Amino acid sequence: MKLRSAIYLASAAFALAVLTLASTLPSDAADKVDPVADAKAFRKFFTDKFPKVKLEDFVNGPYSMNEDLHRQWQEKEQFPPYEFSLEMGKEMFSKPFKNGKSYADCFPNGGIGVRQNYPYFDEKEGKVITLELALNRCREANGEPPYSYVKDEMAALTAYMAFTSRGKPMDIKIPNDPRALAAYENGKEYFYTRRGQLNFSCATCHVQSPGERVRAEILAPALGIVNAMPIYRSEWSGMGTTSRRFTTCNSQIRGVPLSPQDDEYRNVEYYLSYVSNGLPISGPGARP
Amino acid sequence: MASTIRVRATSSGETTEVQALIQHPMDSGFVKDAKGEIIPPHFIQQLTFEYDGKNVFTADWGGGVSKDPYVKFAFKGAKKGDELKISWVDNKGATDTTTAKIQ
Repeated sequence: MKLRSAIYLASAAFALAVLTLASTLPSDAADKVDPVADAKAFRKFFTDKFPKVKLEDFVNGPYSMNEDLHRQWQEKEQFPPYEFSLEMGKEMFSKPFKNGKSYADCFPNGGIGVRQNYPYFDEKEGKVITLELALNRCREANGEPPYSYVKDEMAALTAYMAFTSRGKPMDIKIPNDPRALAAYENGKEYFYTRRGQLNFSCATCHVQSPGERVRAEILAPALGIVNAMPIYRSEWSGMGTTSRRFTTCNSQIRGVPLSPQDDEYRNVEYYLSYVSNGLPISGPGARP
Repeated sequence: MASTIRVRATSSGETTEVQALIQHPMDSGFVKDAKGEIIPPHFIQQLTFEYDGKNVFTADWGGGVSKDPYVKFAFKGAKKGDELKISWVDNKGATDTTTAKIQ
């Protein structure tokens, strides 16, 4: 009898200890924003889920998930549909503004091979600056009207800038600034928050179900998804920027999209780019 | 203005493989714009590939062909360094022509 009650007591104490341990551990982790650990866990999730896919291949979206699609894509890449846009972007980029300056004057290294550093956190402004935003600011600073964020000219310019940076690893930095961490955290929260009539988060499709089909489309993995931007989508029969991807994603889940380059979208892009650090830039891309 | 036609023709001895990408809106005439007005039909009606004065490939197209269409075919009898002439005519009478060297 004595022994039995002792065991009982001991096991109860043990259970209690485990309980308290369990309740303190995760809340500690959740309270602290740790982008380095996030990025590591994020990458591990995908490499574990798709052990056959090479790390640098994730940037090719659905083509890394499906062999048939991959073959079609290789054929397509011999004559990529973004070629016209790329050429237009190259022309636009080198053409000076009315005041004689050009895009090259607004960017480090003349705008060539810098795509992997965008978006960055501007400590003066306290906000995330994306490549698209920087391009339009450049235009406005030089007395030119801004372009639409979603397609055509903006897609052509970003396509050219991405093309000159192809193969360079994504290199997003989070400066030691609480606002930068907050922007990152806000982006992460947006990414994982369910919204819209279908009650989907970004992660529902791009973390939970990459490689699965949504009707005829194969979902792309979130890891490296921004590295391929901008993209020519056959579905759009045209080019689209990161802004276009975010807004159409939001409408497709029957939510109300924000305006392109709203703070939240900039933060999501910041978060997504950061967790894709180290993966090569592959834009402009072509998608079904 | 840059040509609307991109061509790549490669000879592998016996056959020549030709790939072309053409920039064209290819409006079918059945689509409405944001204001609800019909976008008038505007599509390529005929595309021809000419080699040595002879047509080696002719396509009669209509509004059912996609925007910025892509074509791929192969033919026999051409040599490396020869020229291939490509041209299209659309339903508005516009046309474009280019030549490509077979590689």
